[in-house]
Amino acid sequence: MSQAEQTPTTDPTPTHPTPTHPTTATHRRLWTLGLFRSELRVTLRRWRTLALLGVLAVLPVLIGIAVKIETSDGGSAGPGEGGGSGEGPAFFGQITNNGLFLVFAALAATLPFFLPMAVGVIAGDGIAGEASAGTLRYLLVAPAGRTRLLLAKYASTLVFCVIATVTVAASALATGALLFPLGDLTTISGTQISFSEALLRALLIALAVAASLVGLAALGVFVSTLTNSGIAAMATTVGLLITVQIIGSIPQLDAVHPYLFSQHWLSFADLLRDPVHYDDLIANLRLQGLYAAVFGAAAWARFTTKDISA
Amino acid sequence: MISGVIETRALTKRYGAQTAVDRLDLTVPPGSVFGFLGPNGSGKTTTIRMLMGLIEPTSGSAHLLGHRMPRATPTVLPHVGALIEGPALYGFLSGRDNLLRYDAADPTADPRTRRTRVAAALDRVGLSSAAAKKAKAYSLGMKQRLGLAAALLQPRRLLVLDEPTNGLDPQGMREIRTLVRELADDGTTVFLSSHLLDEIEQVCTHAAVMARGRLITQGTVAELAASTRGRLTVTTPDPADAARVLKDHGVSDLTVTADRVTGDPPPTDLTDLAELNAALVRAEVRVRGFGLERASLEDVFVELTGEGFDVAG
Repeated sequence: MSQAEQTPTTDPTPTHPTPTHPTTATHRRLWTLGLFRSELRVTLRRWRTLALLGVLAVLPVLIGIAVKIETSDGGSAGPGEGGGSGEGPAFFGQITNNGLFLVFAALAATLPFFLPMAVGVIAGDGIAGEASAGTLRYLLVAPAGRTRLLLAKYASTLVFCVIATVTVAASALATGALLFPLGDLTTISGTQISFSEALLRALLIALAVAASLVGLAALGVFVSTLTNSGIAAMATTVGLLITVQIIGSIPQLDAVHPYLFSQHWLSFADLLRDPVHYDDLIANLRLQGLYAAVFGAAAWARFTTKDISA
Repeated sequence: MISGVIETRALTKRYGAQTAVDRLDLTVPPGSVFGFLGPNGSGKTTTIRMLMGLIEPTSGSAHLLGHRMPRATPTVLPHVGALIEGPALYGFLSGRDNLLRYDAADPTADPRTRRTRVAAALDRVGLSSAAAKKAKAYSLGMKQRLGLAAALLQPRRLLVLDEPTNGLDPQGMREIRTLVRELADDGTTVFLSSHLLDEIEQVCTHAAVMARGRLITQGTVAELAASTRGRLTVTTPDPADAARVLKDHGVSDLTVTADRVTGDPPPTDLTDLAELNAALVRAEVRVRGFGLERASLEDVFVELTGEGFDVAG
């Protein structure tokens, strides 16, 4: 557009934010996205991140192959035989009928541990990893700004949640399409939906799974502000995840279950009902939001007052 | 009134019962190359960290470019380049990508000129040819240079350099000293901590000495060297007689080694050194050499801290 060539003051409807003069804007542009983009790039270029994503991509392939081998004699795998009768979120039984179910099965299989573990590693490494490498002091004297750096760390962790979930879903979809027939989908409620509608549901499910990790990500970033050792922060976060999963599986402790971040994790299966049951999904989003608020605030309070001695 | 580029008032940092920095009053004049001296553990790094807003003082205040730290961090630090306790790099990134990362962290840095400025900084420290190499493959000296390059990404009003020549070979040290002088000529104030006293003496206009968390002295390098009067040295074949005569005329702390007698001269307003020499001759002491040996910064340092430089305080 020719408007871009005009000077900002004479342009009544600039299509871009007004380009600021470098000298006058020196102290103005304190909230650019440059740090966030840099953070994301650096995270995705780490060997560790790529290894985690690689593991997450391989898991659906393994599940698909296992189901294929087990059902090659014409039998059916898993407990969910007969379409809608399987109330559990395992979905294994339906995979042979419709490869799309591998997406749901893979997400159900990775959500309890592999996905949150990957998120815990990235979140826990956030601040503590920079501290142990010594790069934290240089980011802060740049000056990145403590709140801005923390937000960039949390935002890039959330993006990783989406990337990790989409990696599992995409790998599962590709594997399912290769090994099994695709087509219209029978919902948990027993009704039929078209394949394109089913794909949309799969996307929503991936987003619901990613949103389930928001609370853990906040917890991990908080832990990361407590120590100068990246390894310790990662181990603590993953340790907390395991502890919460164990507490969640003990019926005698059901009094605390509503407060565990994993309480509503499997609610994503409700997106496969017709009509969709939203109660549990919304309860999950609320709980994740609460975790993000509480541990986000704790991380902020800690990090903005901390003496950086590493 | 804040006049210095760096100005601290009773700046104190305590960790439990231990006082790392004790009521520090430091003034770094604009345009100076300021040497910050002290043995390991004397509180230099803690002071630098308080100046850079990394740690909060227990009490007292620190002003950088006229603004109170750590409150003014977002407005002041873009004008300050720093090398703190050695370089820290992302080993899996190339040297260039490390600088791009640090530049992106500065919200006031213009992303449109980022690549040009990074290239210029790499060129300035002589790393252009190694820019694409992963930082983990860098030698210590190259890492040090890359750390310096990060401090030079923007035009700075103040450079805080903690041991900038650490790990460099003599040629590299000379280059860094030349660089520091160039920057100072451009009007940049340089705050330089070093354990190499001759380096401070060669490069700095001002200096401060710390020991055990306290500031012992600060001033121009010339003043500091002058504050410790030189040792009177007499070379003579009659050292015993010379020592007796000198002692009678108020020379203290006498040491006799072979044909050399050295001692602290009396206050100049009481005794003229020429009179002292005349007295030696009157007593028939044969004098081969007579004079004051000017104190080096190292003498000043040892006198002030009461210890050698490499002894941890």
